[in-house]
Amino acid sequence: MPRRRFPEWLVLLLPAFIVIAAVVLIPLIFSLYSSFTPYKLTRPSTLWRWVGTYNYEKILTDAKFWAAFGRTVLFLTIALNLELILGLGIALMVNKVTWGQRTLRTILMFPMMFSPILVGFQFKFIFNDNIGLVNNVLQSLGSNTALPWLVDGKLAMFSILFAEIWMSTSVFAILILAGLFAMPRDPLEAAKVDGCTAWQTFRHITLPFLMPFIFIAMTIRSLDVARAYDIVQIMTGGGPARRTELLWTLMSRTGYVDARMGLANAMGYVSIILSILFTIYFFRKLSAARAELGMAG
Amino acid sequence: MDRNLTHRNRRRVLKAVHFVALFLTMAIICIPGLWIVLNSFRPTVEIMAKPPVWTPSFTLDHYRAMFGGAGEGGVPVFSYFRNSMIVSVTSTVIAILIGMSGGYAFARYRFKGKGAYFVGLMLFRAVPGVALSLPLFIVFARVGIIDTHFGLILAYVAMNVPFTVWLTDGFFRQIPKELHEAAEIDGCTRWQAFWKVEFPVARSGVASAAIFAFLTSWNEFALASQLTRSVGSKTMPVGLLDFTAEFTINWGGMCALAVLMIIPALILTFLVQKHLIAGLTFGGVKG
Repeated sequence: MPRRRFPEWLVLLLPAFIVIAAVVLIPLIFSLYSSFTPYKLTRPSTLWRWVGTYNYEKILTDAKFWAAFGRTVLFLTIALNLELILGLGIALMVNKVTWGQRTLRTILMFPMMFSPILVGFQFKFIFNDNIGLVNNVLQSLGSNTALPWLVDGKLAMFSILFAEIWMSTSVFAILILAGLFAMPRDPLEAAKVDGCTAWQTFRHITLPFLMPFIFIAMTIRSLDVARAYDIVQIMTGGGPARRTELLWTLMSRTGYVDARMGLANAMGYVSIILSILFTIYFFRKLSAARAELGMAG
Repeated sequence: MDRNLTHRNRRRVLKAVHFVALFLTMAIICIPGLWIVLNSFRPTVEIMAKPPVWTPSFTLDHYRAMFGGAGEGGVPVFSYFRNSMIVSVTSTVIAILIGMSGGYAFARYRFKGKGAYFVGLMLFRAVPGVALSLPLFIVFARVGIIDTHFGLILAYVAMNVPFTVWLTDGFFRQIPKELHEAAEIDGCTRWQAFWKVEFPVARSGVASAAIFAFLTSWNEFALASQLTRSVGSKTMPVGLLDFTAEFTINWGGMCALAVLMIIPALILTFLVQKHLIAGLTFGGVKG
């Protein structure tokens, strides 16, 4: 009897598939199921009661959920755009430096090694209204009031955004810098000979060339946008009075503090879909940019 | 003559602006980290002082308390460090082996739906840790591997495999096919050709993938905070929260733990920083 043989590529990929199926796929299927039940950790029997789309209807009509959702999208939009612009600026500046470039690049990698939870703690310390570095400096410079960085809603949002941008801008800067290093010199010189201004050269030659690098950075970033959870969790815990509540902190509070797993899993699915949409969007942009430059293969 | 002068002045101003902007950027990047390091050496009284004290004094109290086992606040930092090491190193090694075989498959074989498989794999990486931790918590509790090293290692392997596949795929693609074909003509099996010819060439890429996997596990918080409960399995990012009580925070102690957390990451990253950048860009651009 002839034995059916798996093709080699499948054998090679199998371990990856198995591990992901066991640790990610199966739990996700379970959570999809439990999002249709009123499952509470404290009462295991509730897992077997089917309530249909009740949880989804509940969160979709919940103002608190929509506030958190809107804030998350706004947060990501501001953070990603600023990170890109700042990263591009930093990369262009470092590229222009004539000596000490390696040192600068090393410094740039510094925030990449920080755990998000560590970044959160670090800025919780620095923005502390009583003993934080920022307020201490302001007061030593003559200001009398202590700014309530993490207590006031708007300032707290700013502090969290600052922490997030501090952590992730260097990913953009480093990848864009790598793009600048790889850039061919000839088109730049040709543009100069043809009388292009610095802006025109940047807009029509440098930027298109950098696009794939920008999208790689975006894709890598979009893979773990939810890292912001760690920062918010330690800096404000979603407070004061839910002013910095993001989708992820709301979800973890519903699940672990209120023990309403069914409801939390329904929120979880909304956040998963959000992340996946981000990732797919940038993946497509990345392959489009690659195709344009003829790098596909 | 006059025009020449204004032109030269403008260049000078631009140069100064460039320098100042660069200096400010680097300061903003460096100061937060340095502030943590500095404060880990300052006595608590001085950290809390009002008005602020700007001339730092030096003490090793926080480190002494940290390594003295159940010191100030009773945070068993040494156990946390050990847990973090065991979990990160083991999960990195396993993730690299699995990821390398997956990456090799994507780089060397043609099969139907390759692009779809690849994107599908990536999407699993995009699942937020918090969202995954909810069901994982329940499943692991049922299986009985919650609060163990094994459970956390398993979770991190699954988390790191997709990105490892992406990076190693890019690196294997850089290696010309002729290399292993030549080796096979010379009598190597495919397996031997891989380990003796292709792996050494791609070694720097694999190293950079390993660093990324290690850093992810070392720094991860969302999953670890739910899947670990006791001193026997808590990792350092989770342990950091031990320093926060309801209303008081042991800032000095936290700073010391933060320094301990960042040192291994720092050393590793600087060791392979060149490959790190190459790994990210090759893997992505040409992949």
